Amino acid sequence: MTELLIKNGFVFDPINGINGEKMDIAVKNGKIVKSVNERKAKVIDATGLTVMPGGVDIHTHIAGAEVNTGRLMRPEDHVKDVVRKTALTRSGVGYSVPSTFVTGYRYSKMGYTMIMNPSMPPLEAKHTHEELNDTPMLDKATYPLLGDWWFVLEYLRKGDLTECARYVAWMIATTKGYAIKIVNPGGLESWGFGRNVRTIDDQVPYFGITPRDIMCGLAKVNKMLNLPHTIHVHTNNLGLPGNYLTTLDTMRALESVATGDKPVAHITHLQFSSFAGNDWGTMRSGAEEITKYINAHNHLTFDMGQVIFTDTTTMTADGPFEFTLYELSGHKWVNSDVETETSGGIIPFHYKRNNAVNATQWSIALELALLVKDPWKMFLTTDHPNGGPFFAYPKIIAWLISKRARMATLKKCHKKAQKLSLLPSIKREFTLYDIAIVTRAGQAKALGLKDKGHLGVGADADIAIYDINPEKIDIAKKYKAVRRAFGSAAYTIKDGEIVVKDGEIVKHVDGRTIWLDVKTAEQVKVDEEMKRRFKEYWTVEYDNYPVFDHYVKVSCPLTIKADV
Amino acid sequence: MIVLSPLKKFQFPVIAECISPDIFKGKSLAEIAKLEVWEGNKQRTLGDLFKIEEDKAETPDIVINGDASEVRFVGKAMKSGEIVINGVIGMHLGEKMAGGKITVNGDAGGWAGAEMKGGLIEIHGNAGDYLASPYRGSSAGMRGGTIIVDGNVGSDSGVYMRGGVIKIRGSAKQFLGFRMVDGTIYVQKECGTRVGACMTGGKIVVGGFLEEVMPTFTIDSIKPKVKIDDAESANGPFYVFLGDLAEEGRGKLFVSKPANPHLSSYEKFL
Repeated sequence: MTELLIKNGFVFDPINGINGEKMDIAVKNGKIVKSVNERKAKVIDATGLTVMPGGVDIHTHIAGAEVNTGRLMRPEDHVKDVVRKTALTRSGVGYSVPSTFVTGYRYSKMGYTMIMNPSMPPLEAKHTHEELNDTPMLDKATYPLLGDWWFVLEYLRKGDLTECARYVAWMIATTKGYAIKIVNPGGLESWGFGRNVRTIDDQVPYFGITPRDIMCGLAKVNKMLNLPHTIHVHTNNLGLPGNYLTTLDTMRALESVATGDKPVAHITHLQFSSFAGNDWGTMRSGAEEITKYINAHNHLTFDMGQVIFTDTTTMTADGPFEFTLYELSGHKWVNSDVETETSGGIIPFHYKRNNAVNATQWSIALELALLVKDPWKMFLTTDHPNGGPFFAYPKIIAWLISKRARMATLKKCHKKAQKLSLLPSIKREFTLYDIAIVTRAGQAKALGLKDKGHLGVGADADIAIYDINPEKIDIAKKYKAVRRAFGSAAYTIKDGEIVVKDGEIVKHVDGRTIWLDVKTAEQVKVDEEMKRRFKEYWTVEYDNYPVFDHYVKVSCPLTIKADV
Repeated sequence: MIVLSPLKKFQFPVIAECISPDIFKGKSLAEIAKLEVWEGNKQRTLGDLFKIEEDKAETPDIVINGDASEVRFVGKAMKSGEIVINGVIGMHLGEKMAGGKITVNGDAGGWAGAEMKGGLIEIHGNAGDYLASPYRGSSAGMRGGTIIVDGNVGSDSGVYMRGGVIKIRGSAKQFLGFRMVDGTIYVQKECGTRVGACMTGGKIVVGGFLEEVMPTFTIDSIKPKVKIDDAESANGPFYVFLGDLAEEGRGKLFVSKPANPHLSSYEKFL
């Protein structure tokens, strides 16, 4: 295996507290080591370049039934972004719902090495893993949707958390998932009856429990199972004016589970959950109220869900929300019910600068990121492709590091949105250290990935090198150069091998699929009773349900010992 | 004036987005010959595939002589100038065109004038399917400009149309003006069924035989004539239908009364 020495770069490694120090990074056998033999090792001269851990994305819809339906639905999205094959890379199409290979290549070109696919209906787990296998260059993991699964709802109704935990552990291992994903808790089950829940204390039909019970119950289950990540929550009432109150209720409800400063939940794409106002006419930002709460509490982490002004495709398990979007836009749409587990919906959406609501959404996400004082709580995402395609991340970085950049965009926005925006009053500009936290270190820490997101000895040698010289340029002024640099990495190193050089793929690698093998003291028995429930609840027999080992190309199980 | 003649009969599609007056402007023959095109999956230059000559005449800017039936995307997004094609031209002629003029002395392939915004396309032969219609899945229809076809057109023409005028001197196949929002389509001869399906605005005039009107259209009146554009109006009398009611549409469908005696049963609802 090759040895590698990255010399003289400006290293930003927030987990180890390294802030732009000039130092060398040594790599051996795909891991970071103290030192290597300089004469034997391949040396990368990183003088004048910025060295960071490989990027980690906590929330990006890149694989599975939902994404694939989006691909089928949007030929007009692909035709404007056709990617030809090269000697090394495969052909494909891009833009908001790119083909799997293009997804891998584009992330890698931006210096990303680990991504999380956040919504996998357990029934579609096999499909999701097939697509993850075909997403090269990256390590991947996926979260099964468990918030509206009938087994969870049944055991929570009975108040039997231990049994609930066993079934959740069984499901995570069966579908080869990584964390508990909860989408519009209770709402998706209600949507099966054409209804939705409007507060966290509304009853779910038949089960008689509330979204509060589901979130708190699963947060406790998450603790009992010692899962590395927290529960991953998409709140109720998402995307509706006035929903910041529901979000505040959700955050307060989860206080009851928290002990100490350890996070117990991750609230995802927070922008979509931070609308104030009574209707679309009076819709404004609720970022101030939300961030006030976040700054005073430590039991949660978040990601932005930034909106990009472009034509994109929204897709979420939140079927009722997608139906609302259809009623607003009248665009072509898909909505589905996934048996006993979840629902889903897809609709194309064009975010426009000259639309007051869209421009306010753009502003809200940046307000959230800038007003939260601790960057370890708020991460950079677009909720790809819901807020915009992931390859717009460099644009968001430019808005975060430079007031001038965001004011230039704000100036082109709808007048009403300009008037309501808090951005003119915010002076804060992110440093490269902050950027390293929100794009990799913070996300890896929140995910509990011990070998990712840092450059300490023993970490995976996933490294990104960007053509930015922090000593020579003022990043706030030269934000365009920084944007270019983050869009096309000088080097991306995956497991100790150079895979991208000067923004071009130079080596094709298959990433690993990371999943949790959760060991509970008493395992769920797949007995006659369980098979009977499968017959009754699902359209597939148990024998066709689990994701078997041969389904995962490069399998990387993490064994977790649960408390129950 | 630049004259292009194919050097051979093309076996594979030739993607020639560069054949546009805006791109040729100010370039020497040698520079034009170096412009990139794709022949199937191989990248070539324009000079590899076409004989390129200069003519002293000022207009038109570009002339294509010979069989160009596999040459696609000619005049893509052109803003000014004039192209004349003496022969058959391939698909996607004048896609996203914003101005200028294209004349085809022959037939045109599918998707001619797709997503057009302005300018004029005259096709003296027949046009293929999807005339002035957006790419599959897209709702970005024709927004402005004029298309005149002397011959017949295929199916699904004027889909998602939002403005401009299409005049068809011959006949049209089914689904003419599907999901049309605004603009005018005039078919002088017979028209296929499902005309104006899901239309919410605009007007379609059928001067010839129409087998049936969709059941989601309602008869409104009989008019002696209808205006097509500032220069032209069609003489009827015409039955005027409103629809498509399934989409709560307010589109107008004019159908010639003399050519369609079988529609006379609608008159009892007037």
